[in-house]
Amino acid sequence: MLGRLGLDAFKHGFVVMGGVATMLAAILVVVGALFYFKRWKWLWNNWLTSLDPKKIGIMYILVATIMLLRGGADALMLRTQQAVSVGSNNGFLSADHFQQIFSAHGTLMIFFVAMGFIFGLLNLIVPLQIGSRDVAFPFLNSLSFWLYAAGVALVSLSLAVGEFSAAGWLAYPPLSGIAYSPGVGVDYWIWSLQIAGLGSLLSGVNFLVTIIKMRAPGMTLMKMPIFVWTALGSMVLVIFAFPILTATLTMLSLDRTLGMHFFTSDFGGNPMMYINLIWAWGHPEVYILILPAFGVFSEVVATFSRKRLFGYKSMVYAIAAITFLSFTVWLHHFFTMGAGADVNAFFGIMTAVIAVPTGVKVFNWLFTMYRGRIRITNSIRWFLGFVVTFTLGGVMGVLMSVPAIDFQAHNSLFLVAHFHTMIIGGVLFGYFAAFNYWFPKFAGFKLNERLGRYSFWCWLVGFLLAFTPLYILGIMGATRRLNHYDASLGWQWLFIVAAVGVVVIGLGVAFQLLQIGYSIFKRHENRVGSDPWDGRTLEWATPTPIPVYNFAIIPTVTERDAFWESKRSPVAPAKVRYEDIWMPKNSGAGIIIAGFAFVLGFAIIWHIWWLAVIGLIGAITTGIIRTNNEDSEYLIPAAEVERIETEARAKRELYA
Amino acid sequence: MLAIIAIVVMSLLFHGHTFAVLDPKGTIAEKQRNLIVFATSLCLLIVVPVFAMTFGIVWKYRESNINAKTRYEPEWDHSTKAEIVWWGFPLLLITILGVVTWQSSRALDPFRPIDSATAPITVKVVALQWKWLFIYPDQNIASVNLLQFPENTPLNLEITADAPMNSLWIPQLGGQIYAMAGMETQLHLMATHKGDFRGSSANLSGEGFAGMKFIARASSKADFDSWVQKAKQSPTGLSQAEYTQLAKPSINTAPFTYGWEDASVYDTVITKYMGPDPAHAAHATDEGNQASMETSYAN
Repeated sequence: MLGRLGLDAFKHGFVVMGGVATMLAAILVVVGALFYFKRWKWLWNNWLTSLDPKKIGIMYILVATIMLLRGGADALMLRTQQAVSVGSNNGFLSADHFQQIFSAHGTLMIFFVAMGFIFGLLNLIVPLQIGSRDVAFPFLNSLSFWLYAAGVALVSLSLAVGEFSAAGWLAYPPLSGIAYSPGVGVDYWIWSLQIAGLGSLLSGVNFLVTIIKMRAPGMTLMKMPIFVWTALGSMVLVIFAFPILTATLTMLSLDRTLGMHFFTSDFGGNPMMYINLIWAWGHPEVYILILPAFGVFSEVVATFSRKRLFGYKSMVYAIAAITFLSFTVWLHHFFTMGAGADVNAFFGIMTAVIAVPTGVKVFNWLFTMYRGRIRITNSIRWFLGFVVTFTLGGVMGVLMSVPAIDFQAHNSLFLVAHFHTMIIGGVLFGYFAAFNYWFPKFAGFKLNERLGRYSFWCWLVGFLLAFTPLYILGIMGATRRLNHYDASLGWQWLFIVAAVGVVVIGLGVAFQLLQIGYSIFKRHENRVGSDPWDGRTLEWATPTPIPVYNFAIIPTVTERDAFWESKRSPVAPAKVRYEDIWMPKNSGAGIIIAGFAFVLGFAIIWHIWWLAVIGLIGAITTGIIRTNNEDSEYLIPAAEVERIETEARAKRELYA
Repeated sequence: MLAIIAIVVMSLLFHGHTFAVLDPKGTIAEKQRNLIVFATSLCLLIVVPVFAMTFGIVWKYRESNINAKTRYEPEWDHSTKAEIVWWGFPLLLITILGVVTWQSSRALDPFRPIDSATAPITVKVVALQWKWLFIYPDQNIASVNLLQFPENTPLNLEITADAPMNSLWIPQLGGQIYAMAGMETQLHLMATHKGDFRGSSANLSGEGFAGMKFIARASSKADFDSWVQKAKQSPTGLSQAEYTQLAKPSINTAPFTYGWEDASVYDTVITKYMGPDPAHAAHATDEGNQASMETSYAN
């Protein structure tokens, strides 16, 4: 009746119980508050069922932030274990538990933090920047978010019920096969990624169509803001890469659940094929994350230098080149598998070639600042931090692109330090720059500058403390994922420094949370208008708070930095004639389908087949019912639009 | 140049011998170290100007520093000459690096035997849960977690696994290669110094992974021969039955030797994964031993 699910699934050690208790306490507090303040209806109507990309974007970021905290707690446990588990001391984590934690850390940070932040950002910014009222498929967008949330729920549940994968964040077979990992851990990993991955793919389609079809009149491709270009490149990669992930995970789950032999060592299976396939998704994934960050920096640098972005066309070609090249380098993740010298050399050279368009972007940013007027804001600080870390990390990447060098760095902490430099110094710093930059557009007030500065310095110093030792350890021959090592190696003090670095990064996170909290508390003193940074692109042309329809009148674009140009040569506004606007109605189908998908995933993990059937039928039926709903839009009459716009204009003049 | 200074400073700081990758004791590792220094220097040619420019520009054009002499050209967004430089210069460096990549990939291909007047010694390696088995077919002995060999003699490792995928890495002698079940990879190394070097498992292979390490001991030829003789006195040999015992998962296994070895053990380890089709098993003994990507895909 309950498949593999028994009482054993709820028995955990001390550390896990602590995690479960924290999670339950947080849920209880939230649920309790909702009852106490009678906010359930408000939550359901204004947020959970909303199809407004601005709200969906905020929900993405909220969930990703919670996952960042959990992934960060994982990181702290890992480094603490490594700082103490030397010689006769075995630390406070068992090998299996340690391995579950680093598998969870990687999975959470890539799939549920970085991806969550990127899709959140795209939701918030892309429609505004292209002068659109919505994304192409508003309901699909909500469904994507809820599938992502279902993945988050499933991966979080693994902490309390059963166990998580101990096979690393990419679960290489044969270790992740049923022979070596008979428990439910790898299945939790597979199904949380399958469900969230489906959401990512749908989002990819959605934003690609949005960017291609929904641009304001006059905005040709070469007049799009660079952030939109990077989003376009990123979504093309999503569409090509995520089906590979889905197919690969499907085959792995067939191996595990139905005893097939796609990736087993015996019976004609081939684990090497899995490693090729997972990286054919995995390498583009890196660029899916980093491209939008490049876009953010392009916007931030141009705005805060009060200057046009230098070398726009170069930037576009560089983005296109990176998008293409990112599919030609996957083998560099396993030069050590024994492919021939020529194969390795090809992939090595292609990898190094990516450094060229990436370097071009850095030069273009520098020359955007050159002969500009640079306001040193927190967004610019994150940019400068990014240039330093990302350039150094890039050099380490170029080093490892030489296969003969990679043989000495692969699977070592040097490699770990390299990709953290790229993901933290590139993706996260980019996201933080974006957060400081666009926050006032959505909140109506600026974030506290001083606390933001503190958090930046904590992050930067903490980052250097946490990862410089790992580069050194890697060169000393320390491999990744060690839960214990010999005292004679002289590694311990470096691990201690790295652990201190994690704590300092934690301080940075604390300052960020404080920054948000304090800024909300002091919001009345920091109110700003709709264009606080003297912006250049169309999102700053909307009123703040942004009306649900974004633009009462769709702007006509003639120049690249459309809003900047319109400010320089203002045309006397003719008598505006507002029109009725159709907007999508709320829909609960997204959350319901994702709920069924969650049930389906849970049931397959535990082999509860009757429940799996319910989940599958439920999801499909809800989908069919939703598709047959003709009454999915509502009308905002012209008079109402005029009222909102007049109010907004009055407000704008107040802060001008 | 900076890299070299940095390396010197670091080696002083860390007492040399623990700084494995930059402290090579073998021909391959030495060439790899030289490559690292070369590639780092090449990259610094671009990193140093980028850093200098970044901070110079931000310092000069920050808004609080603006005076009448500071130029401000908000419309200036293109310069063909400048862009040719920054597409061209990195491309040039990458081209140089590309040539080096191509040559070094061939010269330092782990499958490539090392040229030497001395006859090589062959060791067959099996990655187990969680220990390394080294079989010496010519000496007719075997050892666990101890790989002894004469210095200045090419060491031909033929590597497979009877466990989850692993990676054999002796940083001071040279780079790593995966150990995979049902196929064989090769690693060619040569120690130029005597000594005990740390051998590790670089790839996650399950619970006992952290403790799965071995000693790579380069000794004189005479010491190696006497070690072999001593090993032969052990009555226990690596028979099929003994292997089955050994292959059971165990952690933190102390090094020990077998007095003789059953020549069929290694082949059995590889071919047992090639079933159930008997054609595959036959295929395995000749071509399967050349397991490269291509042959394995053919399976």
